[in-house]
Amino acid sequence: MINQWFPNVDWEKMWVATRETLYMTGISTLATFILGIILGLLLFLTAKGNMWENYLVNKGISAIVNIFRSIPFIILIVLLIPFTKLLFGTMIGENAALPALIIGSAPFYARMVEIGLREIDKGVLEAAKSMGAKTSTIIWKVLIPESLPALVSGITVTAISLVGFTAMAGVIGAGGLGNLAFLDGFQRNRFDVTLMATIIVLIIVFILQFIGDIITNKIDKR
Amino acid sequence: MITIKNVKKIFSTKQGDVTAVTDVNLEIQEGEIFGVIGYSGAGKSTLIRMLNGLEIPTDGSVTVANKQVSHIKGSELRTARQKIGMIFQHFNLLWSRTGRENISFPLEIAGVSKANRIKKVDELIKLVGLQGREDAYPSQLSGGQKQRVGIARALANDPKVLLCDEATSALDPQTTDSILDLLVDINERLGLTIVLITHEMHVIRKICHRVAVMEDGEIVEKGSVLEVFKNPQQPITKRFVQQVTEPEKTKETIGQLLGVYTSGQVVQLSFVGQGAEQPLITNLIRNFGITVNILQGEISQTQNGSYGTLLIHIDGVESEIAKAIDYIHSQQVGVEVISHD
Repeated sequence: MINQWFPNVDWEKMWVATRETLYMTGISTLATFILGIILGLLLFLTAKGNMWENYLVNKGISAIVNIFRSIPFIILIVLLIPFTKLLFGTMIGENAALPALIIGSAPFYARMVEIGLREIDKGVLEAAKSMGAKTSTIIWKVLIPESLPALVSGITVTAISLVGFTAMAGVIGAGGLGNLAFLDGFQRNRFDVTLMATIIVLIIVFILQFIGDIITNKIDKR
Repeated sequence: MITIKNVKKIFSTKQGDVTAVTDVNLEIQEGEIFGVIGYSGAGKSTLIRMLNGLEIPTDGSVTVANKQVSHIKGSELRTARQKIGMIFQHFNLLWSRTGRENISFPLEIAGVSKANRIKKVDELIKLVGLQGREDAYPSQLSGGQKQRVGIARALANDPKVLLCDEATSALDPQTTDSILDLLVDINERLGLTIVLITHEMHVIRKICHRVAVMEDGEIVEKGSVLEVFKNPQQPITKRFVQQVTEPEKTKETIGQLLGVYTSGQVVQLSFVGQGAEQPLITNLIRNFGITVNILQGEISQTQNGSYGTLLIHIDGVESEIAKAIDYIHSQQVGVEVISHD
C-alpha cells in the first residue's frame, strides 16, 4: 500500500539520504555543543564583574558571535565556499556542509549558553570562591553542572534548527534529505518524494525534541 | 585569631566613590563568638567579606589565623580560604548536588581522597543533625535543613574560623533558634571562632560573647554583649537593645499604668548578670512595710549572663518606699522611678 501512495520513492536512496542528514546533524550538533560552550563560557567569564573580566575580549567575541549569527544561512554557505574547498578540496558532499553548519549555529548556541550561565545564582559562585575553588574547578563543578538543563534544552533547539540547515545545505549539493527532496522531488515533479522526505525530517525532529525533554527533566533537580 | 587594622573599603561606581567601611579596628579572640550588628547598608557585609578575601580592603590590613588575607593572592589565598568557612543567608547550595555531595564539594576542592571524603562527610552529617536527609537535593529540604547542609559544608575542611553572613535571616524564629543552638554547640565542641553579622539583636543576645555595632561604615560601639545591653551608649545601640528588651507596647503600657496607680511609685528595675538571679522581690516584701505589685517583666538570657527589666508598683508609707528603693540600689540592680507626668 505504501508503494501505491509513494510510487516514485526509491527507498534505498531515501535511506541513504536519511543517513546523510543524520550524519550532518550529528557531527555539527556535537561540534556546536563543544564550540558553543567554549564561546559561551568566554562570553560569561570575561563579562563585567566575573572572574576573567576583560572588556576588549568580551566585546570582540560578542561582535564575532553577532556577525555570524546575523548572516542568513544560505548566504553563509556561499561565503564559506573558498574555505570549504581549502579544507575538503570540494564543495559537494555532506562533509563539505559541516563548516557552514557549525559556523552558522555555534554563535547562536553560544548566546544560549551565556544566558544559561548568567542565570546561575551569584551567591553560589561566591560560595565556591569562599571555599578556595580555582576558576577551572568553578567551571567544571559549578558553572557547567548548575546550567546543564539550560545547556541541554539549548542544544536540543539548536539540533532541530540544524536539521533545517542541513536541508538548505542539501539544495546546493551537500546531500541528505533536503537534496533528495529538491532534486528528485521538486525538479522532477515527484511530489511524493518531497512529501516522504518531509515526513522523515519531521520524525527526526520529534525524536530529537523527545530525547532533549527527557534528558532535561532528568537532570533538573531544582 | 582575627585582627582588623585601620580597614577602609571604597567602591568606585559611576555615581562616584562610595565608602562602605571606614577605619575599622577589631581584635577577635580564638574561640569567641563575635557579632556585628547593623542595619542594611551599614557595611557589615563588606566587612565580613574582607575576612576571607572576597573583598580586598582599599586600605589597612586583615589577618585571620596568622594569614594576612588582605594582602595574599592566588593559590595562597585559596589555601587560606579553605580554613575559613562561610555560611550564607540564602544558603548558596549547588542544586545539582545532593546534601551529601554539597558537603563533599569543599573536600574535592582541597583534594581529599574519595575514601576520606566519604568518612568526613558522614561525620559532618552527624555533627549537624542531618541524618536521613543527606541524600536529598536542596530543593527537597526545608530552610533549616539547607542551612545545616551549609554549616556542614563550611566545616568540611576543619576551618579555624566560621563566618556567618545573615545566616538566620531567611529562617523562621523557631528554626533560627535551632540553627543558633547548633552554632553554639559547634563553637563549644570544636573551639571554633565564629564571626556573624546580623540585623537581629535576638541573634546577638542568644549566642554572641562580644558585639560590635556598625553604622555608616563605622564601628560606633563594641564590647561584651552584657555590657552593651546594660549600658548602651549610642542611639542606634539603644534601638537595637530595645528590639529584645522592650516590646513596642511597653511605652504605652507605662503611660496607662501611671494613670491607674495614683499613689505609690512605679519603678523600672534593670537586672544584669547575677542580679537577675537574686530573690529581690521577696526581700523587699519581707524587710519593708510595702506592697509590691509586678506589672510587667522580661528576662533575656545572653551568653555571659541574664539581662532583663521588671516593672513594679510599690505602695506604702513614703519613707518605707524610699528605704526600699535605696535597698534595691544596694543590690546592683538598676532602678528608675517613673514619675507621674
